[in-house]
Amino acid sequence: MRTIPVIQEILSANDELAQENRERLNRAGVLAVNLMSAPGAGKTSLILRTAQALRGQLRLGVVEGDVASQVDADRVAAAGLPVVQINTGGGCHLDANMLRAALGRLPLEQMDLLIVENVGNLICPASFRLGEHLRVVLTSLAEGDDKPQKYPDLFLQADAIVVNKLDLEAYLDFDRQRFRKLVQAMNPHAALFELSCRNGEGVEAWTTWLYQQRQALLARLNP
Amino acid sequence: MHELAVTQRILEIALEHAHQAGAQRIGAIHLVVGDLSSIVDDSVQFYFDYLTPGTIAEGARLTFQRIPPRCRCRECGTEFAPEPGILWQCPACGAWGGEVLQGREFYIESIEVE
Repeated sequence: MRTIPVIQEILSANDELAQENRERLNRAGVLAVNLMSAPGAGKTSLILRTAQALRGQLRLGVVEGDVASQVDADRVAAAGLPVVQINTGGGCHLDANMLRAALGRLPLEQMDLLIVENVGNLICPASFRLGEHLRVVLTSLAEGDDKPQKYPDLFLQADAIVVNKLDLEAYLDFDRQRFRKLVQAMNPHAALFELSCRNGEGVEAWTTWLYQQRQALLARLNP
Repeated sequence: MHELAVTQRILEIALEHAHQAGAQRIGAIHLVVGDLSSIVDDSVQFYFDYLTPGTIAEGARLTFQRIPPRCRCRECGTEFAPEPGILWQCPACGAWGGEVLQGREFYIESIEVE
């Protein structure tokens, strides 16, 4: 028996594909957002609100990741957006290869912004880069203010943290001050937005930030 | 949860390196796994036993060198090992969070072949 040194990252194949996706998105000038949350936090609702608010400013395309069904893609398509549904068939996350296939079915040249709705899961999506420019974690008042402590990896990697369902505040025990302090300490680089997809409160700050991020990407790509 | 796909990749990498070395059999695969990588050893072992029959890795031993997480407090700079259950609280100043220094590793360090 002899020992052969390997030292190879097991997820390196995914990372290489993610890099290819990123280059393809850059060539088209499309800012890509990997939107991650638990099931039911309101990812699809946030996408629809975002599309509405950015109409006339940014052209949005969407990739929907779910274990099964076309439900989300139908909602997004009904809003007139280009959308590709990925069914992972039991898989707990999207990976770069899945996104690569989806990119080939989207009109990237007619888009400015891509939102990839990951599978509802606060654990596995944290480990797989897709080629996105921004990682956004969505949570909601109904989930409680302790989620960053329980699922630190996702929150530590986030470029932005969005808290949804502000309209339910009167009915829930979510301590917004405590949550802000927690994420500020854990990840001071993350932008924090609190909003309601139901009544639209706070959405503008989020979409303004997205618009600025796209401008910043273009400035980086065409200095 | 995604250990099947990950184990397939481990096997592919190991077979590739064994093949390059002209090996007839893989006796062991040594993995380095950070505790923050959300990889469950038993689950990898389970899928490995399922995937390897008929390959030169059949019967190979998997070893897992676990790397505990280490953080640096953003407030006071203290380096500490976050304990399970009370993750990310600095023992010196009590601040939440911290920059991750180690614990995300996930790679094959070496394989033993003959």
